Amino acid sequence: MHSLIRKYYYGDIPDTPNAGGDPISSPSAAAEHPWPLWEVFIRSKQGLDHKHAGSLHAADAQMAIENARDVYTRRNEGISIWVVESKYVHASSPDEAESFYEPATDKIYRHPTFYDLPEEVKHM
Amino acid sequence: MSMQLHDFENSFQQKVDAEIKIEPKDWMPEAYRKTLIRQISQHAHSEIVGMLPEGNWISRAPSLKRKAILISKVQDEAGHGLYLYSSCETLGITREETINDLNSGKAKYSSIFNYPTLTWADMGAIGWLVDGAAILNQVMLCRTSYGPYARAMVRICKEESFHQRQGFDILLTLSRGTDAQKAMCQDAINRWWWPSLMMFGPKDSESTNTDQSMKWKIKRKTNDELRQQFIDMCAEQVKILNMHLPDKDLKWNTETQHYDFGEIDWSEFWNVVKGNGPCNKQRLEARRKAHEEGEWVREAAAAYAEKRKSRASAGNLEAA
Repeated sequence: MHSLIRKYYYGDIPDTPNAGGDPISSPSAAAEHPWPLWEVFIRSKQGLDHKHAGSLHAADAQMAIENARDVYTRRNEGISIWVVESKYVHASSPDEAESFYEPATDKIYRHPTFYDLPEEVKHM
Repeated sequence: MSMQLHDFENSFQQKVDAEIKIEPKDWMPEAYRKTLIRQISQHAHSEIVGMLPEGNWISRAPSLKRKAILISKVQDEAGHGLYLYSSCETLGITREETINDLNSGKAKYSSIFNYPTLTWADMGAIGWLVDGAAILNQVMLCRTSYGPYARAMVRICKEESFHQRQGFDILLTLSRGTDAQKAMCQDAINRWWWPSLMMFGPKDSESTNTDQSMKWKIKRKTNDELRQQFIDMCAEQVKILNMHLPDKDLKWNTETQHYDFGEIDWSEFWNVVKGNGPCNKQRLEARRKAHEEGEWVREAAAAYAEKRKSRASAGNLEAA
């Protein structure tokens, strides 16, 4: 799908030439330290969703979970952790946000406030 | 093309003015991105180098309780460094490059960490004054225009107030102790006061970065505003310690409703920034040594991950 782009870094690197210029990177430095980047999602308590907490580098999934525990749950912020390698996250593009979300903007009848009911109607 | 760039810049500034956060994939001026990379990476390095002066006292803390607290605080600083490095990475610079810039001496970090920690009271003074100054800056940055930076700051601020309180608690205990302990407390305050004021950066009249950073809402208050806020707070808090701040010109001004204070020795500030502080060399050497001595760990972890991956795929083949 055209509006989905592959992302390799948390929050995405700007991927057009205009988008803040070319990333600064040195291949030699990257080669020295090949640990991939992981996105961390934390469930703060039973019954709630896992929520994005941040990202970190780790050699594998197990290390990513252990590091996430140390970095993001030092004060009981979580009871469950998900990690996913950042390169597997796909994201929608902000440049196309207007057209992408356009179908939702003109359907005001989807909101309960659209319907003007008599005051006698209770519990609705 | 230039027209197009101009349009991008306008719509960027409109978003900033409307308090809409800038996210990593959004268009941003190159100078905004560079300013953020510089500021966030300096901030991250400060957290990491900031572990060193305090690490000095972990093995010499006066009680098990103080030792546990100090370890916990230093661990927090490592965590804060990581939040910030991650947020910096969203701007398109690799973690390795950021860390190499620190180790090579190219990148700066807060000058305050180039001062030595001579006594236990320094742990108190750092918590109260250095963390106190950092908090004022960081509370402001919770509302910075760049989303990932603001989110990292919110997380950091939640954790930071324990740092300041434990510092004040150390000083309070010393201030109620023996004469020698009281003297140690005052001495630490004397040594850390002026460098803490310098943490807010040059005076507004001499700061080159402030104007643009305010326009982009990276910063929300000027160096002088934050410094004055800090002085007003500390001048009151020091009374509870029965100590004094080492400034003979410090005086409440009923007209301005602020404390007047003496002239800061900016030559000292620039001297430390340029690398001639008491501990600049020592701090960098400690960071380089840690990086070099961790090399085999990084390699081993990568090799182990690789081995597990190949075992897992061999297992999959058998299962098939």
